[in-house]
Amino acid sequence: MFLKISLYISLVIFLIALIYKVSTWFRYKIGIGAAEISTSTRFFSAIKGILSTIFSTKILTLLKVFVLDVLLQFRILREDFLRWVMHIFIYGGFMLLLLMHALDKYITVAIWKDYYSTINPFMFLRDLFGALVIVGVLIAIYRRFILKVPRLFTNTMDIYTIVIVAVIMLSGIFLEATKMVAYSDYKRMVDEYSGLSDPGELKSLEAYWVKEFGVVSPNLKEPFDEALLQKGKELHQSSCESCHARPQWAFTGYGAARIISPIGLGIDRARLPSALWYIHILACFVGLAYLPFSKMFHIFASSVSLLANGVIGKEKLAPANRATLQAMELDACTHCGTCSLRCSVIMAFEKIRNMNIFPSEKIASLKALACGKKLSPEELRHIQEGVYLCTNCNRCTVVCPAGINLQDLWFNVRETLLQKGYPEFLVLSPLSFYRGLMKGETVPKDYEKPLIQAREAIAAQCDLMKKKDKALPLTPTDRKLQSGLNLSAQAKTFSVCFGCQTCTTVCPVVGNYENPQEALGLLPHQIMHAAGLGLRDLAFGSNMLWDCLTCYQCQEQCPQGVHVTDVLYELKNLAVKQVREKTLQPSERK
Amino acid sequence: MMEFALFLGCTIPARLTQYESSSRAVLEKLGVGLVDIREFNCCGYPLRNIDFKVFLLFSARNLALAEKKNLNVMALCKCCYGSLKKADFLMKENASLKKEVNTTLEKEGLKYEGRIEVKHLLSVLHKDVGIEAIKGKMATAFKGLKIATHYGCHALRPSQVVGFDNPVAPTLFDQLVEVTGAESIEWPMKLECCGAPLWGINDRLSMDLTLKKLNDGKKSGADYVCAACPYCHIQFDKVQKMILSQRNVNHPLPSILYTQLLGLTLGIDRKVLRLEMNEIPISGIEELLKKETELAEEKELAAQKETKKETAPTKQ
Repeated sequence: MFLKISLYISLVIFLIALIYKVSTWFRYKIGIGAAEISTSTRFFSAIKGILSTIFSTKILTLLKVFVLDVLLQFRILREDFLRWVMHIFIYGGFMLLLLMHALDKYITVAIWKDYYSTINPFMFLRDLFGALVIVGVLIAIYRRFILKVPRLFTNTMDIYTIVIVAVIMLSGIFLEATKMVAYSDYKRMVDEYSGLSDPGELKSLEAYWVKEFGVVSPNLKEPFDEALLQKGKELHQSSCESCHARPQWAFTGYGAARIISPIGLGIDRARLPSALWYIHILACFVGLAYLPFSKMFHIFASSVSLLANGVIGKEKLAPANRATLQAMELDACTHCGTCSLRCSVIMAFEKIRNMNIFPSEKIASLKALACGKKLSPEELRHIQEGVYLCTNCNRCTVVCPAGINLQDLWFNVRETLLQKGYPEFLVLSPLSFYRGLMKGETVPKDYEKPLIQAREAIAAQCDLMKKKDKALPLTPTDRKLQSGLNLSAQAKTFSVCFGCQTCTTVCPVVGNYENPQEALGLLPHQIMHAAGLGLRDLAFGSNMLWDCLTCYQCQEQCPQGVHVTDVLYELKNLAVKQVREKTLQPSERK
Repeated sequence: MMEFALFLGCTIPARLTQYESSSRAVLEKLGVGLVDIREFNCCGYPLRNIDFKVFLLFSARNLALAEKKNLNVMALCKCCYGSLKKADFLMKENASLKKEVNTTLEKEGLKYEGRIEVKHLLSVLHKDVGIEAIKGKMATAFKGLKIATHYGCHALRPSQVVGFDNPVAPTLFDQLVEVTGAESIEWPMKLECCGAPLWGINDRLSMDLTLKKLNDGKKSGADYVCAACPYCHIQFDKVQKMILSQRNVNHPLPSILYTQLLGLTLGIDRKVLRLEMNEIPISGIEELLKKETELAEEKELAAQKETKKETAPTKQ
């Protein structure tokens, strides 16, 4: 009764949660264009897409992906052998236990008519599968906490997952073990199945089980007389053996039973087996009911992601399906950290302490973003910086064991975040090259906004630029600027500039304009001069800084050996640093 | 055998796979061994505008990884090359920077001492393999092909750091182009920037510069522009295509990667060179390759000359 009620309750919760979670795939809005597509459009578009895939030759690709990537998990194997062993052990062992042990009444019996949980090979296999899961969980713990795999972060969901699996497995093993030592369980079996009633016979059988199989009896203690054991053995062979294999075959349970046998009588008296049964069953049901909200949901989502991305390949998706796919992909992430391990820019974290640089950690932020959680400007800025600090090298996508198209996810989120109005200074770097190539995917009227915004935010910090009459004091305004240009020691060379203007003359950017000062503000030689005078604002506020190609023509041709391009580089660094320092103060945040 | 750690960078594997496949094939043919170091990260170039220290750390980590394996680095990208070179230079010149960077790298058990050399594919082909050795492997050659050779800024300058070739009058790449039988034309804007560093930052300016350069190449009679850098090539290829549609220009100057150009004359499989991957079609270039009959004739002529030479002294 208890079993049924709790099973149904957890099953109902599971199903409702599953429907809810899947519905978020059609409801959550990620990236450009998603806001304008209704949930029903997305739903029917997905159904159409799925049906047209199933009834086409793509079904073969789908089957291939299902076998190689979903079942055999080749994508994990390609990355890390130990992790593959871990995962295949946990997932394989768990699935087999689910099918052959938890659902034995429905599945195992249907296949093997003479199934009985206490006979071999079933008894042995159950323990073998359990042992696989235990080994897998131990590897998981080893990797996370002892080996400390680089860039593998552990969050509460990872710990929950390890704990719930461990509780289910350990309670199962100890349930088996306590039943092996418990006298009342032995007694019940003898009463139900042996058909023996003669006290002498019962005694000899009991002695045999105590000696051979670890039952802890309140009546009998070793050593036993040979004849008694011989008699017990015969009785065992005639009454028990045909439907109860030697308990040693259940090796994990038997091993545990040997350990706990000194307190065997107490275990029985406290009815620990039934307590453990409740724990085992409840842990399974809690795991089931909570599954859609936990990392375990990846069982479904990662499979869907692998299959979907397997058939999509490099095809361009309809916007409705792209929105759905990306919402689903957020659930497919298992937080395994492979992307962060292979990420091209992860070293940046050594200098820029923003967890959103790690692709594996970005996902959690994107989940918060997708479900519409209210995020502070600071959080949004951090996510924006994290998704922009990316060379779009595609490595994360190539290695993701769940087949998530991470690069496209970053691109899409990047575009929406950039339109939220927080200036992102990384747009003024060659990281934007990719954005330029992907111009066609952006909203044309919004494309230039982030670029203008970043330049304006920097210029806004330069008060001297705003002076209308341009009358400046003759004394250097900022003596620190000179000594501030010390990143590589090469930049300090600007002090030997004698104003010959060669740098400006050879600059292809200057040469591109009829009236260069209007377009660029200060020209290269003027910037060198401004730096010499400590006129920080004039140097920082000039468009020339951000329109520099870094082609090094100026530096190469300077007769004085001024490292013009390197000075410009450093000024850019300083300008970004200054504007960040000034604008990131909470009081100035709007 | 010569061996290098191949530094692909971020752009090539993601957006220019034909450069990787053609380079690998060409280098294999010429007997250059390549080692892939999977742990390589971004060279740091894109971050130089924003944070110098991040750039240096990125580059130095790559150098340290290669040094750990005692391998010189070969970059295919000129911007990667320039950045790695710059970092190498700074690590050797500035002891305090070196110490700071190595302290961070030590967390991973890495450190850079400056024992290895950074090279670009072109310098490997020119100096390590050598023009004569390449000639010896030629299967065919181009005839009547005019190439606008594009050097790429970050390979040439700052010359004090990179030491790639004479920064004012370089010949290295021209020689490599002429090995294929093509003519490397003279063009005024040969050493100018491709415009890529500003693509995505100031598109109008970037387009102006690219278009000016390409027009100059065309006016000077080039059939194709040839680059050996993913940024330059993408700028001349995909971005040129975008410019064409936006600015109503009708006659593009298509771009061919140097390894595709050389690969064609080395007789490398077309499937590996993947000419069709270029956005502006370049398949027409194959028609300028000498036919087998022409090659046979040439051989015959050469053989005749030889015999003449041999017979000449005996007559005297």
